[in-house]
Amino acid sequence: MRHLLSTEDLGRGDAVRILDTAEEMSAVGDREVKKLPALRGRTVVNLFFEDSTRTRISFEAAAKRLSADVINFAAKGSSVSKGESLKDTAQTLEAMSADAVVIRHWASGAPQRLANSGWIDAAVVNAGDGTHEHPTQALLDAFTMRRHWSRLNRNASTGADLTGLRVAIAGDVLHSRVARSNVWLLRTLGASVTLVAPPTLLPVGVEHWPCEVSYDLDSTLAKGVDAMMMLRVQAERMNASFFPSAREYARRWGFDDRRLASLDSLGLKDTIIMHPGPMNRGLEISSAAADSPRSTVLAQVRNGVSVRMAALYLLLSGDTREERNELTKVSSS
Amino acid sequence: MSSANPAGQTPNADRYLLRGAAVLGGERTDLLIGDGVILETGTGLSDARAAVLDADGLVVLPGMVDVHTHLREPGREDAETVETGTRAAALGGYTAVHAMANSSPVADTAGVVEQVYSLGRAAGWVDVRPVGAVTVGLAGEQLAELGAMADSRARVRMFSDDGMCVHDPVLMRRALEYVKAFDGVIAQHAQEPRLTAGAQMNEGKVSAVLGLTGWPAVAEEAIIARDVLLAQHVDSRLHVCHVSTAGSVDIIRWAKARGIKVTAEVTPHHLWLTEDLVRSYDPVYKVNPPLRSDEDVTALREAVADGTIDVIGTDHAPHPSEAKECEWAQAAMGMTGLETALSVVQHTLVETGMISWADFARITSATPARIGQLQDQGRLVAAGEPANLVLVDPAARWTVDPAAMATKGRNSPFAGRELPGAVKATFFRGHATVLDGALNTPYDFAGEL
Ligand SMILES: [Zn+2]
Repeated sequence: MRHLLSTEDLGRGDAVRILDTAEEMSAVGDREVKKLPALRGRTVVNLFFEDSTRTRISFEAAAKRLSADVINFAAKGSSVSKGESLKDTAQTLEAMSADAVVIRHWASGAPQRLANSGWIDAAVVNAGDGTHEHPTQALLDAFTMRRHWSRLNRNASTGADLTGLRVAIAGDVLHSRVARSNVWLLRTLGASVTLVAPPTLLPVGVEHWPCEVSYDLDSTLAKGVDAMMMLRVQAERMNASFFPSAREYARRWGFDDRRLASLDSLGLKDTIIMHPGPMNRGLEISSAAADSPRSTVLAQVRNGVSVRMAALYLLLSGDTREERNELTKVSSS
Repeated sequence: MSSANPAGQTPNADRYLLRGAAVLGGERTDLLIGDGVILETGTGLSDARAAVLDADGLVVLPGMVDVHTHLREPGREDAETVETGTRAAALGGYTAVHAMANSSPVADTAGVVEQVYSLGRAAGWVDVRPVGAVTVGLAGEQLAELGAMADSRARVRMFSDDGMCVHDPVLMRRALEYVKAFDGVIAQHAQEPRLTAGAQMNEGKVSAVLGLTGWPAVAEEAIIARDVLLAQHVDSRLHVCHVSTAGSVDIIRWAKARGIKVTAEVTPHHLWLTEDLVRSYDPVYKVNPPLRSDEDVTALREAVADGTIDVIGTDHAPHPSEAKECEWAQAAMGMTGLETALSVVQHTLVETGMISWADFARITSATPARIGQLQDQGRLVAAGEPANLVLVDPAARWTVDPAAMATKGRNSPFAGRELPGAVKATFFRGHATVLDGALNTPYDFAGEL
């Protein structure tokens, strides 16, 4: 792997390797000294063209636990005001000898542009681009699901994929980079996916995606779901006529108390409820659902650091067997 | 023309004898060019004063006429000037271009169209025919002074808000009606604005994956459907710019079958490139209307072959490099096209057997000249006709290098591709603007000013 830009072009081997490495990294997080020397002397730049404190601190924690130097670069420039150009920013980072650039951008494709432009030599990690992809989010989601699935099946996580897992993803698929990255990665890992959304919030062309599509959350749940992922819905979408009102949205597509209770009556005792955050409580998810024992919201945050450590480690330290053995030795010592 | 010259003056003393050129790819003949016209055709011609050009294996065609060119001057001389854009045109085999109105200031008054017209004459590489804006400032609110532009020295006959759609149906109706007074034509950029707010690429399979806001085919088709019905209702002439979808082709075919006076244009890039190229997020492929699907490309090619689409328009849209060296969403829309149009049409339509060189002359010269009402352009390759001609080597192969082009724009989507067909010479009013595939000298209008 040279860059981590999308899950669409991430093969099964690389995906499983990232998840397995994340398991090893997670063991580091459980130690008293939560630091590895693996990336000492390397520079990781968090280049954020869009505010996202939670994603930035997750990457920052990941890089620091690997002993990398971290530079946070909040770039000006939005879809409205042009600001400093991506090219100039990239050349600045190149001059600073950045080894990896973690880029968050409001424009779809900006990380790929950065990686393929020849403006910079660093490894590029996509930390969310427009409505395109958010690969590390999908990887941490898969990591969370794999742990759950392996526990249920009494398997070891390491080396496993998600064959047989039934995942439903409900919400604003049209504007969601999380949904896109999850659909591709879950397909690669062998899970079956159903997208649930109002027809207005599904992209034209979704019929070509490797998943089922439903407009009805209750019937999807009734068919059986092992992991229920709720996507953030912006209430402002109703101003563009994507749905009539927040209340109607919550009633038809929100994971409310009634649906939480229905999991028991449907015999879905092991179904987990996921959310990438930040949550709109009362819109796409009720507080009772978000705080229930089924909720993996906090585990997802924790796993995010492990997965991002794994991604940075695999991109920056090379990937030789010796080095991986070395890591295993360190993390288990 | 020599008839337009002041008595006793011969500003164009050029004489050329082309030996053995295939007229429209057919019969081979010699052509003697002098006094701005084709003096004689036949075999075994000789002329003591003429420079002789061996045209063995070459095809001679009427000089190409572009109905859709952005020359950017006045206002964006960093992107292109009339001088650089018309050099590019001559190199591409053109002897006339229609300069779109979205300059700065907008070409919405007699003053601006006369300025562009004069810049074209001063440059001397091709006839520059300004297109007048339909509405003041392209704002879509109030008719520009169409009559004044028609009466000006630029003799504007084509009007367009290109870049913007005349989306108000009442305004479009009035424009279609009004230009009948001077036999004008409205060229519509068909794009329903509300359906394309923030649009970045064709809406469909690829946009769904890339997370780029879609530009749905229906936004073009709905406007074309409305406009052909309006043209029918008020019995006016409508020209549809850069048709890009299979559905648009169906609507235009239907309209023509009903006798509606509509003509349609397609760009070279829409005849070849598809939305799959956007997967690279390289803004060189960002254009408006956007690159569409394979099915659309096929439908567009068939529409040219069966006459539903009348002409090729380049929509040559040069941009400075910083407008493309950025994120997709920030990038400007548009591609250069003047220096690749002939080759791309040869590749997509002639070499696929869908059209002949005679058809090529019709769609790149005769019909565009008729739409723009250019009397001296798009004529027969025959004795007595104005010598606006292009000499093409159809067997040549060349690799597109934007840095080597005459246009200031480096935004060619064909960069690095090998294309067939090369312009060997272009004759504008009997003067060779291009010789041996390189720029020669411009035509000198001095005697006619
Ligand atoms: Zn246009």
